[in-house]
Amino acid sequence: MTMSTPQDAQHNASSAGWPLWEVFVRSSRGLSHVHAGSLHAPDAEMAVRNARDLYTRRNEGVSLWVVRSTDIMTSDPEAKDAMFESPKGKDYRHATYYTKSEGVKHL
Amino acid sequence: MAVHQETGGHLTAVQSPEDAEGQARFDAIIAEDSRIEPRDWMPEAYRKSLTRQMSQHAHSEIIGMQPEANWITRAPSLKRKSILIAKVQDEAGHGLYLYSATETLGTDRDTLNDQLLAGRAKYSSIFNYPARTWADMGAIGWLVDGAAIANQVPLCRASYGPYGRAMVRICKEESFHQRQGFEILLELANGTEAQRKMAQDAINRFYAPALMMFGPSDNDSPNSKQSMAWNVKRFSNDDLRQRFVGMIAEQVKVLGLTLPDPELRYDEETGQWIHMELDWDEFNRVIKGGGPCNAQRMARRREAHEEGAWVREAAAAYARKQQEQKEQVA
Repeated sequence: MTMSTPQDAQHNASSAGWPLWEVFVRSSRGLSHVHAGSLHAPDAEMAVRNARDLYTRRNEGVSLWVVRSTDIMTSDPEAKDAMFESPKGKDYRHATYYTKSEGVKHL
Repeated sequence: MAVHQETGGHLTAVQSPEDAEGQARFDAIIAEDSRIEPRDWMPEAYRKSLTRQMSQHAHSEIIGMQPEANWITRAPSLKRKSILIAKVQDEAGHGLYLYSATETLGTDRDTLNDQLLAGRAKYSSIFNYPARTWADMGAIGWLVDGAAIANQVPLCRASYGPYGRAMVRICKEESFHQRQGFEILLELANGTEAQRKMAQDAINRFYAPALMMFGPSDNDSPNSKQSMAWNVKRFSNDDLRQRFVGMIAEQVKVLGLTLPDPELRYDEETGQWIHMELDWDEFNRVIKGGGPCNAQRMARRREAHEEGAWVREAAAAYARKQQEQKEQVA
């Protein structure tokens, strides 16, 4: 299976401009950082500053992560079926598979 | 990706087995109204059409800062000044969300920027009209941002994932833009006779250009059909336009002002709003560069880009220096 960097990141690695960064925002304490979008910046510090202006103008977050797009590895979309097929047909991994206990309280 | 650009899309070209397989998968995703993501195979025409639409949209946000930025120093109160600054900052943000989304299609930021600066890219014709009075800030917010929202809400469901996600974020922020504009007009409409006249005059000037923002009539919009087949566009230009007219026809009553349209009426039979014929010659003239402010807007954009060069260079030099120091320590 091939792993690779996202298409846009590959492209930008060769661009003359600033590198592309992916931005992750934690919207409040207790929640994960979630991908919000991307931006260009010359370095990590500027990326965080730009992310603040671009993605948190309305109290959207309490914490920011930025990561170079080229540093993200992704699974191969062409091999999506092979990659994710094993959970298929394994319904017994879900609680809904077990129907005989229906009606039994607190189960 | 570059391979797709060279081989895909042409009707006359013989499809490779990979392309045929990709096309089948693409068609299936569109048929079930799911989303296409950046690394999926997509027809070259889809990539090209979206790159054009999304970059034009981004350019419009960037150029769209100008008519309003022009009024920041002359806003009538500190409150209005703060609001206007926030709105103009939002427009910059919207441009950046859209450029990022466009880049996922394989055209980098510098190229998109060059296209705008070189005058090879289009942007919404509305921004080539001057903002003459403070009331224009009201009319732009209410009518121009209103038309933009009517256009953009269905785009949140566009088949291209990054475009839809950018639009969701943008639409959330736009609603404040329209409301602040309406409020400006409402205050003027309830002010002195001169203020009331100024508000009406702004509406008179922006009504037709705002309606033109939905694009040419369905009969003259060759790209619409394909765009709808790809689930990028969900409603036709005329349909969105008449729906918008219906909304503002009610809203203008709250202002106690009128829309400059003697033909405006609701047609019970078709359930459609009827409005006056728009001047499409003017529309085409303005799109092609003949509007009142085209030259000024482009000159200002180029000037801003050139004047910002030292900041970009300094930031890049600093980043380079930091990197070198880090490497020396290591």
